[in-house]
Amino acid sequence: MLTIHYFASIRESLEKNQEQLELPVSVTTIDELIAHLVALNPHFKTVVANNNKLLVAVNQTVVDRSFALSKNDEVAFFPPMTGG
Amino acid sequence: MISIQTEDFDLGTEYQLLRQAAGDAGAIVTFSGLVREIYDSEQSSGEKIATLYLEHYPGMTEKSLQLIADQAGRKWSLLATRIIHRVGSLKPKDQIVYVGTASAHREDAFAAAQFIMDYLKTNAPFWKKQSSNTDSHWVESRQADSAAIERWQENSND
Repeated sequence: MLTIHYFASIRESLEKNQEQLELPVSVTTIDELIAHLVALNPHFKTVVANNNKLLVAVNQTVVDRSFALSKNDEVAFFPPMTGG
Repeated sequence: MISIQTEDFDLGTEYQLLRQAAGDAGAIVTFSGLVREIYDSEQSSGEKIATLYLEHYPGMTEKSLQLIADQAGRKWSLLATRIIHRVGSLKPKDQIVYVGTASAHREDAFAAAQFIMDYLKTNAPFWKKQSSNTDSHWVESRQADSAAIERWQENSND
């Protein structure tokens, strides 16, 4: 089971912190996961798919969108970081 | 050592702890970051901030900060390193972040502290939301912060 976390403005726009998802066999990369999430929830398109500043982490490390997913990964979507 | 906490920290206590941990250090650099009342961002209306809310990604935050501290430890000769970052609701003038580095000589302590702060700004999963009395929004990342990172990457072959 894939766990997906949402943070900051992404969390607020989607009105959820996290969700769990059985990874369909057709989904092997972050890009494909995003397409799958857009199909499940059209709102995801404006919030995530069309956000070119969006960052993605897998198992708590930032990765690019061609990253290959495994079925029990922890994925997170968030805007650029603004700490300090 | 790395701490993510809602509580404030005491600079004097942290300095003494670093001094004890650092053995035969000849230099200790401490940096503390404070919440400003007015942010000079493009979206700033010039209105004073009433509260600043800090969200983070538990687990990844500690991991990222440890990675940054380890990188600094490979680049410079450090005897001790300490990072504290506060989360939750803060007010103007509150302390938000602390970085302490100890080294035999000042150059390494100064450079490592700046390196840690520069990387922390863009590579550790913290997000700020600022609220005035009438409005609230998420703070946008600054180009100057990304540029600060590039400077270290250009110098990576030094």
